[in-house]
Amino acid sequence: MNMQASKTLFRRQLLGGLKWRRTAREPYRCFSCSIRHEQEPSPSKFPQDTAGTTHFGYETVDEALKEHKVGAVFSSVASSYDTMNDLMSLGIHRLWKDYFVRNLNPGANPLTSSSDPEKGWNILDIAGGTGDIAFRMLDHASTINNDAHTKVTVADINPDMLAEGKKRALATPYARSPRLKFVEANAEKLDMIPDNSVDLYTVAFGVRNFTHKDVAIREAFRVLKPGGVFACMEFSKVNNPLFDAFYKRWSFGAIPLIGQLVAGDRDSYQYLVESIDRFPSQTEFRDMIQEAGFLVPGQGWEDLTGGIAAIHKGVKPIR
Amino acid sequence: MLMVAPLKRPLAGAVTAATRSTSAHLLLPASCRCFSVLNRPPPNYEGHVPLTKTERLGLALGSGFMSFINPRRGDLIAAFGEATAQPYFINRLRDRMLMHPTGRRILRERPRLTSTSLDIPRLRSLPKNTLGYAYVAWLDAEGVSPDTRAAVRYIDDEECAYVMQRYRECHDFYHALAGLPVFREGEVAVKAFEFMNTGLPMTGLAVFSALTLKKAEWERFWAIYGPWAFRNGARADDMINVYWEKELETDVEELRARLGIEKPPDLRAIRKLERERRRRRREKGAKEKAGSSS
Repeated sequence: MNMQASKTLFRRQLLGGLKWRRTAREPYRCFSCSIRHEQEPSPSKFPQDTAGTTHFGYETVDEALKEHKVGAVFSSVASSYDTMNDLMSLGIHRLWKDYFVRNLNPGANPLTSSSDPEKGWNILDIAGGTGDIAFRMLDHASTINNDAHTKVTVADINPDMLAEGKKRALATPYARSPRLKFVEANAEKLDMIPDNSVDLYTVAFGVRNFTHKDVAIREAFRVLKPGGVFACMEFSKVNNPLFDAFYKRWSFGAIPLIGQLVAGDRDSYQYLVESIDRFPSQTEFRDMIQEAGFLVPGQGWEDLTGGIAAIHKGVKPIR
Repeated sequence: MLMVAPLKRPLAGAVTAATRSTSAHLLLPASCRCFSVLNRPPPNYEGHVPLTKTERLGLALGSGFMSFINPRRGDLIAAFGEATAQPYFINRLRDRMLMHPTGRRILRERPRLTSTSLDIPRLRSLPKNTLGYAYVAWLDAEGVSPDTRAAVRYIDDEECAYVMQRYRECHDFYHALAGLPVFREGEVAVKAFEFMNTGLPMTGLAVFSALTLKKAEWERFWAIYGPWAFRNGARADDMINVYWEKELETDVEELRARLGIEKPPDLRAIRKLERERRRRRREKGAKEKAGSSS
């Protein structure tokens, strides 16, 4: 094998190629970064490499560019989003989302709650484009808590994902009711949401795509009512090292391959698994939530499926 | 003996030292190294994704299966070709290019076939007997453009990746030369031809999608186009060694004669005739039924 390789190299030297661009000398960011990432100890907070840049998966990009690149990723995955989610998590994402909503228990039962029965909860679901969480919230409030007034505003930065969500809403009873609203917004700048107006702020599998997570968490703090709950479900660090070894190999090997086969887009799913890998650990993220002013109950997070995903909660203090 | 031996050893030593230093400096092809998905080697060209053996097997099986079910997934057919061509078949094709003077020239100059590099309007103005005119006429008749070919990503050796890309970009020329259309029946015939000519496994395996053809198409494949493809593909010169950009003004018939290809019967004309015949039979049947009932 080595002999053949050196013969090939000799031949290549003799003939020389012109137009095929060579990047062998300069390492391509995505892959070489992964080697560097393994070797260097990860810092306690994820700093930006130089002023004005942030990370896009393992690439370092200008901050202004990250939003555009993430937008491109989600526009490309929007239509096959659910199929891909099912294949990547082997259907477990449905259990996670069900548990997330059940645990939050949205809706005020008019018979048992002390608050005004005509009001219901005002829920803001960020990065919830396709409506997975929003529909579950509304169903839970309506059927389990008999609350017909709880409303959900679905905000997403990507219009393609919102369009997908609106399409799916047509199959639910909330499509043309005042209980469900879709709005195109950047989580870092929720100008259309007044201060202290939201009872529950949820973001499921969206935070890792934000350019400035701390700004988004501060916006969440602003829009929540005192006593309101911030709930975030995101991919996190797996606790068990043996399970982590399998998980990492599944992430970096199988998921881009499934993305190529099902969605015809390897690069978007490569970005996805890299952004999961770059996301802060459970304790780091809990600290970020605390820094924004939230009170964090107990340990601050709850691991799902061994730490593949984690639910972080925070409560805005009542001053 | 004593005089020759000291002369020989330093020379041999110098050559092996040169080889070792060259291979040490330049990057070894990824297929020679063992790596995991967590520490892939740097790519050898833009867009290159070095795959592990397991990944390549998964890609080959997955893309093969899914492109069999849905042959419209051009990206999967391309990926299937790349996953199955290494390490032997694409190297063999590249070596065949190196053994031919025009092939060597193509590898040196590395031309790329796109609509901008071909100047389609100029080709339309060429005389009707030229290859360029036949090519553009075929593009217009089928409603396709030359830009639809995916970039090669999974072939490790940079030169072999170019060979694969060249094969992919020349596919339309094989169509134009044979006059075969782009729907499944025509594609299967061209793939059979390519298999006999280039030896790439994907082309051979693509012939299995003939199993999904309708009965009349299947019979036509066995009777006419299959034998044409196998006979001509094996007998003709290597199509990969044709410098298409330089042959655009050659007479088509002369080119076919030089390469050793016969033009198969016009498939679109045969199908149109069949459709007409079926339609007339149905009308006659309906008329007879109406006549007998009244």
